[in-house]
Amino acid sequence: MRITCTVNGERHEADDVWPGESLLHVLRERLALPGAKNACEQGECGSCTVYLDGLPVCACLVAAGQAQGRTVITVEGLPAEVHPGLPAGTGEGLFADAGALDPVQRAFIEAGAVQCGFCTPGLVVAVHDLLARNPRPADPDIREALAGNLCRCTGYEKILEAVRLATGSARVAPAEGAQAGGLPAQRTPPQGPPAGGAE
Amino acid sequence: MEFLQPSSWSDALAAKAARPDAVPIAGGTDVMVELNFDRRRPPALLDLTRVGALTEWGYDGDLLRVGAGVSYRRIIDELGGVLPGLAMAARTVGSPQIRNRGTVGGNLGSASPAGDAHPPLLATDALVEVASVRGTRTVPVDEFFTGPKRSVLAPDELIAAFLVAPAAGPQQFAKIGTRNAMVIAVCSFAVALHPATRRVGTGIGSAAPTPLRAHQAEELLAAELPWHSRGSLPAPLVRRFGELVAGAAAPIDDVRGTAAYRRQALAVLARRTLGWAWAQLSASQGEPGGRS
Ligand SMILES: Cc1cc2nc3c(=O)[nH]c(=O)nc-3n(C[C@H](O)[C@H](O)[C@H](O)COP(=O)(O)OP(=O)(O)OC[C@H]3O[C@@H](n4cnc5c(N)ncnc54)[C@H](O)[C@@H]3O)c2cc1C
Ligand code: FES
Ligand code: FES
Repeated sequence: MRITCTVNGERHEADDVWPGESLLHVLRERLALPGAKNACEQGECGSCTVYLDGLPVCACLVAAGQAQGRTVITVEGLPAEVHPGLPAGTGEGLFADAGALDPVQRAFIEAGAVQCGFCTPGLVVAVHDLLARNPRPADPDIREALAGNLCRCTGYEKILEAVRLATGSARVAPAEGAQAGGLPAQRTPPQGPPAGGAE
Repeated sequence: MEFLQPSSWSDALAAKAARPDAVPIAGGTDVMVELNFDRRRPPALLDLTRVGALTEWGYDGDLLRVGAGVSYRRIIDELGGVLPGLAMAARTVGSPQIRNRGTVGGNLGSASPAGDAHPPLLATDALVEVASVRGTRTVPVDEFFTGPKRSVLAPDELIAAFLVAPAAGPQQFAKIGTRNAMVIAVCSFAVALHPATRRVGTGIGSAAPTPLRAHQAEELLAAELPWHSRGSLPAPLVRRFGELVAGAAAPIDDVRGTAAYRRQALAVLARRTLGWAWAQLSASQGEPGGRS
């Protein structure tokens, strides 16, 4: 079937789409948008998180045909999005190319919340949504909002720090011995090497 | 594979009648996992996300009628005040991403014994409205489930909505998982107090082939709760309630927990949720009509 939808502000078409195929597959393999990552294909890891009609969803759990005529924003499209939740100028001047990054992306880099980077695109979209709904989230709000995003590298403390940084409420140094107990650090990691791979 | 995309409820019913082997897909959070892992290769998918009527809710006489396609997120945001038990359960489902897509209709459709929407629906005497081109019928939710992942749905039927009275008293839900977020229940329990009629509703999840009510436990509380004084709960009554709830379950040993653990945990959940609900009711004493 043919799928037409708006992705990151542009109309895209994909032909010969198998109806049971996921939106994630369409984005990565047909529209050449590999930002959303494929790690589990079962909604567990959140690395494929994209906005669908304004709500963050797991792209791996949306049937391609369900996205017909809908509006999708992937991590690649975030810098173009006006962000209602963040103070102006957050993270500006950190990098020469900072203009191309969303403030949430910059905060992740500055806080060292990116290691292998596989979980980062999904987390960035989830954090972007959190801050749009709640510009000053407390730590429990952050943990609840990010409960669907797995990271195998960071231990989550740096991710929490990135969110605090993005809201302008970062502590100068993270509390000594801070725990990331509420986030899924203990979870079984997604099986095997991530399919599709990071590029 | 065919992709059927009706845009009206009557077209959806016609499509299901013409293709009884088509698998309905709403939020897709159960269906897509099966497709992605090649566990299922249906000849057709019947996408229900264009049927606007399924995403609506409103009052039908005294009852709330909530479309099968209303997401967990909307249950929490829009119906938390009138369906507090269901909203509490919805808040424990998956992650924000899952709650943005997943629906109560899909939870009923999957008919998993562990479905988190089921205990609060049982505790509040919800009705499931199912329809086909042959007509519409309402099924009490405790008659809806017929076995693990099986329900009374005929091949040509779709779930239209569930009907439930807005809360007329405190409601609580609690779930045991292997950790705090993103887990399927090891067991779960819901309780609803109806002080005006001095009745109690219960729902047990993940501890029998189907979700079920604890009838004897309900009868005990209806008869013996200090409804009039709303004074403190007698300890022996609370203990007995926990025992009757645990006794009503028929759990199995599986990867998530043993049968014995589930029984033990259910007794604890039952005592706790009753305590919370009763505390709410006591605190509401003096308010006209209680906490309704
Ligand atoms: C990562 C993850 C975490 C999860 N966590 C939980 C959890 O904590 N608790 C929980 O209960 N569930 C959980 N689930 C399961 C799932 O999210 C729920 O069962 C959800 O309610 C399914 O709703 P859906 O709209 O996505 O259903 P779908 O996947 O679209 O459909 C589910 C089933 O219902 C049928 N169906 C859907 N709509 C209708 C209808 N109107 N009429 C007839 N049949 C219909 C479908 O054919 C299918 O058999 C989780 C799933 C994932 C992927
Ligand atoms: S790939 Fe979609 S949630 Fe893991
Ligand atoms: S940075 Fe590697 S998975 Fe999160």
